[in-house]
Amino acid sequence: MVQPLNYLKETASQTAGPYVHIGLAPDYAGFDIFETNFSNVVAGPNTKGERIKIEGRVFDGTGAPVRDVLIESWQANSDGKYNHPEDKQQKPVETDFRGWGRICSDFETGIFTIETIKPGPVPGRNGKTQAPHISLWIVARGINIGLQTRLYFSDETAANADDQVLNLIEQEDRRKTLIAQRSDRDGETVYSFDIYLQGDNETVFFDV
Amino acid sequence: MTIERSNSERTVRMAGEYFQRDRNLQPPAYTPNYKTSVTRSPQKALLSLEQSLSELTGPVFNHNDLGPLDHDMILNYAKDGEPIGQRIIVHGRVIDESGHGVPNTLVEAWQANAGGRYRHKKDTYLAPIDPNFGGCGRCLTDDEGYYFFRTIKPGPYPWRNYVNSWRPAHIHLSVFGPSFTQRLITQMYFEGDPLIDICPIVKTIPDEDAIKRLIAPLDLNASIPLDCRAYKFDIVLRGRRSTLFENRLEGN
Repeated sequence: MVQPLNYLKETASQTAGPYVHIGLAPDYAGFDIFETNFSNVVAGPNTKGERIKIEGRVFDGTGAPVRDVLIESWQANSDGKYNHPEDKQQKPVETDFRGWGRICSDFETGIFTIETIKPGPVPGRNGKTQAPHISLWIVARGINIGLQTRLYFSDETAANADDQVLNLIEQEDRRKTLIAQRSDRDGETVYSFDIYLQGDNETVFFDV
Repeated sequence: MTIERSNSERTVRMAGEYFQRDRNLQPPAYTPNYKTSVTRSPQKALLSLEQSLSELTGPVFNHNDLGPLDHDMILNYAKDGEPIGQRIIVHGRVIDESGHGVPNTLVEAWQANAGGRYRHKKDTYLAPIDPNFGGCGRCLTDDEGYYFFRTIKPGPYPWRNYVNSWRPAHIHLSVFGPSFTQRLITQMYFEGDPLIDICPIVKTIPDEDAIKRLIAPLDLNASIPLDCRAYKFDIVLRGRRSTLFENRLEGN
């Protein structure tokens, strides 16, 4: 008889439900309880880099916007460094750069926005560089386990063409589901990024 | 990945990747008996990704993020008295699949009040709002991964799935771990609740044992006499390839 491996099993996920805001963003649920609320502002005013706004909606299989969605974002700063002790690159991280944002969609319109700076390219595997991107994690009622995806930038054509992760997507027309479209609005840089949970335009989600 | 030499000359630490998530224990996306999942579940296969620095890192939280009463849901929204209901402590450890405690990680909790009503502008259940109960709390685990909350036992409540669907009493828990790959939201149920076995959301989980691990037992040893009962709930996050020592390069 061989010995058992004895690893524990990961706790099962359950949907965050319709009232996820109560715990993770109580100001959105309509009340004030914590001294600090986490927000969709990823980079403070002293963070260098190009200021951008990301705007989008999450759509369900019927084409309706998911208006109770909660998204978390995770990204590097403009030098391509994560605000985490395991990123050993000899680069500075601004003190007001968290790199992480918690974003709720609007209960009426379903629109979510992220206020941040455009990240730089970050190290990938085997010494290759990854195109600038933001990792996203999506939960809502009806989503049994959080969905992971990435947002890339439409003005990074060359870097995107070389990116290991984008190139893993065998169906080339699905790569575009991960690319946010850049536009200018009243002097502000806005990237549009809609997420499709189902259907012909279904966003590529990852098992990482 | 990166190699780090510690101050002691003896050890070399290598930042390993995280274990593959066992999807047989996790609810699939499409679970038609939980009706909302029908239109909100991706239908195409997930793309398997090798982990990079983007996944091996994640947000770091510290005590500056938290207020002194954030973990005490009995007091953190009290206005002119304490909330109505059964006083309980929820406590346990956040550990990984190798059994290591996960220190300094943010655990966030939210729940209905004793009557089963959420303090949320979208909750229209006719049970009353408790003026002294907010229904959310958060804390950081200690060096061994231990966490605790003090709260009121939530009530079951009706929801629109079947004509007559009631959620078992539960507390939602959100946990981070040190990396973006470990992010987890789950629900803790209470030992002895007959609604657990017939809940379509519980039953999205295909594995009986995985369901049992979401049910917290009564823990009288951690209860406070004549004050508060306790329920113990351990949370297991994904494991990580263990620390490499230079005299044991193969890991564990």
